[in-house]
Amino acid sequence: MSSGKIVIAGNPNAGKTCLYNALTGSAQQVSNYPGVTVDIKSGVLRWQGQRTTVVDLPGTYSLTAYSREELVARNFILDEHPSLIINVVDASNLERNLYLTIQLMEMQIPMVIALNMMDTAERRGYKIDVEGLSQLLGVPVIPTIACRDKGIDEISAASLAVLHGKEKADPSPLSYGHGVDDEVVSLTRVIEKIPALKERFSPAWLAVKLLEKDERAATEIRDLTPSESDALLKQADDAISRIERHFNADASTLVAEHRYGIAAGMVKSCVTHTASNRRDITESLDLIVCNRIAGPLILVMVVAALFFWVFKVSDEWAWIPWFDGFQSPTGFMETLFLSLSRFITPLEESMPMLYSLLNDGVIGGVGGVMSFVPLIFFMFLFVAALEDSGYIARVAFILDRPLRTFGLQGKSILAFIVAGGLGAGGCAVPGIMSTRTMREDRDRLVTMLVTPFMNCGAKMPVYAMLIAAFFPHNRTLIMMILWALSWITALVAAWILRRTLVRGEQMPFVMELPPYHMPVLRGVLRHTWERTWMYVKKAGTVILAINLVLWALMYFPRPAEDVAADEHLAFSFAGRAGKALEPVSQAAGFDWRTNIALIGGFAAKEVVLGVLGTAYALENTDEDNFLSLSEHLAQKPDWNPVRAFALMVFVMLYAPCLVTIAVIRRESGSWKWALFATLYSTTFAFILAIAFYQIGSLLI
Amino acid sequence: MKTGETAIILGIGTDTPLSLRRRLLDMGITKGAELRVERHAPLGDPVEIFVKGYHLAVRMSEARTIEVERIKNTPVAFVSASENTLD
Repeated sequence: MSSGKIVIAGNPNAGKTCLYNALTGSAQQVSNYPGVTVDIKSGVLRWQGQRTTVVDLPGTYSLTAYSREELVARNFILDEHPSLIINVVDASNLERNLYLTIQLMEMQIPMVIALNMMDTAERRGYKIDVEGLSQLLGVPVIPTIACRDKGIDEISAASLAVLHGKEKADPSPLSYGHGVDDEVVSLTRVIEKIPALKERFSPAWLAVKLLEKDERAATEIRDLTPSESDALLKQADDAISRIERHFNADASTLVAEHRYGIAAGMVKSCVTHTASNRRDITESLDLIVCNRIAGPLILVMVVAALFFWVFKVSDEWAWIPWFDGFQSPTGFMETLFLSLSRFITPLEESMPMLYSLLNDGVIGGVGGVMSFVPLIFFMFLFVAALEDSGYIARVAFILDRPLRTFGLQGKSILAFIVAGGLGAGGCAVPGIMSTRTMREDRDRLVTMLVTPFMNCGAKMPVYAMLIAAFFPHNRTLIMMILWALSWITALVAAWILRRTLVRGEQMPFVMELPPYHMPVLRGVLRHTWERTWMYVKKAGTVILAINLVLWALMYFPRPAEDVAADEHLAFSFAGRAGKALEPVSQAAGFDWRTNIALIGGFAAKEVVLGVLGTAYALENTDEDNFLSLSEHLAQKPDWNPVRAFALMVFVMLYAPCLVTIAVIRRESGSWKWALFATLYSTTFAFILAIAFYQIGSLLI
Repeated sequence: MKTGETAIILGIGTDTPLSLRRRLLDMGITKGAELRVERHAPLGDPVEIFVKGYHLAVRMSEARTIEVERIKNTPVAFVSASENTLD
């Protein structure tokens, strides 16, 4: 029945990841549990010639299945039947950690306790009777300091001894007190007689869950035994009413309180506390960091620094050695793909179609994705370090109230800022990925859907070109307006979404403000690498496929004889679509040339400029060389500032670029939301562009 | 309650939705536990409380469901309903 696997379970911030990393070393797999974006990491523990799979469950405070993480942790244990649970317990916070331990004990799976952060506990004046605790729990308890590799051998030895049956580690039976215990026993007897349930659940655990009014357990029972569920659930309801009448209190609260009672009892008999009344670092830091005035100021500074450094290190500073000097990481990627592109130049004459496919479709597509990689890597690195330090929780604390007005929450701000919310530059891709720190599904979804409205780096060249052509004397003012407009749109869109499609109560926001600690470099790097690699792998394949489709649309069909690039473009499917859309797009002032550029911009917004250049038959128009296009447009009689502004608004708001769409699909877990993001933002953009164009035209 | 004040938790309001009640229970808001109001966020909400040795951020709307009895030097005879929550 059991799978031979070891799972690691524990509270968030108890040092689970440290222990997992120490046990499994470097090689590991990250997988997503179906349907949700909670990562399940698994690796191999090698110890004295033996190998065992170790799975790191998401950190949870409980197993009541109210949050994504809890549900994943609980289902994993139920589905996979692990042979052993290593429960990481924060020794400096024993009582609350034991609350989860007790719930794990209820599942009646052999368990080993890693009593972690022993150093912090000692510093805080706690003395723990490890042997006594082990006796009470009925399982081995091993003191560890996982982040400093202390106690790892002992944990490995104890775990393998239990796995091979050399040591017993069966959790002690638990008592919920007179009156409740009897009901548990009689329900357990009924459950034991139903094979379908007995196979999946520990009967006593399921009995307790039913008394707790666990809706999830009830649903599963209905699915597993439709015939016998009614009788069983009725019996559970009767038991609940008996208990509630007897104690005059809610049954689920009673069970939870009994668990705390057991935990408190254990703490009382095993822990002695020699008072150390000195304020710890966390409390002193929070006096400033969470202060009403200093707090927001520090926040702005931290965010500005994050933003500044990420773009400096990944994009602006040339520090990667290259043949003729130094390159920035992003520049390095671009150079790499440029040289690839040069490498295949000989094909241009002999096989023009293959060349175009390879150059524009494959290299352009993959190169576009890869040029984001340095940015994403460093963004994750800084965010992971901030997360690890405990600061992100404070950010959420400070900003929760103002953002809640719009149906968002404290942590949403991080995504906006990373996506370019401070003004120039930024990128929605790492922005959307940063929403992983949000535990509340609906808040997270809305944040993902509105983050692309921020002014990312790719929109900048388009703005720059149009501003240079039509607003040469009001550069700053126009940029400010565009910046404000992006925020207003994002907040209003969030407000509307929260009242229409993503309706529903906001999740309870009960969040621990964990103690600060120095980020552990190894953990942060590993975390960053996992995330970055996942991006490369998943986004890369999708982007490549869609990019090839876009390429084909702009390449086929070929005109009969050789014509100039602009005529060829007009003849292609994309060109025809551009012309077909003209009657509609005229409302916002866009002609067919602009339409083709905007179609190309679905791949990436930078493309708008290049395609516009081709459509106006200009050679070598790229983002470094937009001046000729700018001058060209400024002289065109059918272009004017109003039309240019409407176009900028449209480019700001319409469909997120392909990479962003792929990431929304990945992070939201469904194509539905990715598609929705594309459609609703394009609609939003079109309506606003029409409004600006029509009203603007009246004013001129 | 004011910042810095300590109280004993009496329970969670009976009309609180089960999911919120469970969440609060899971985070250690249990009858008899001691609770201290640490600080409020810049706009007054959420509120940070200290309970069972750790810090929790709770929105005011959720904090109001926690019923408490303030600890004072002299025993409290009557505490009005509004004083009995984290307001």
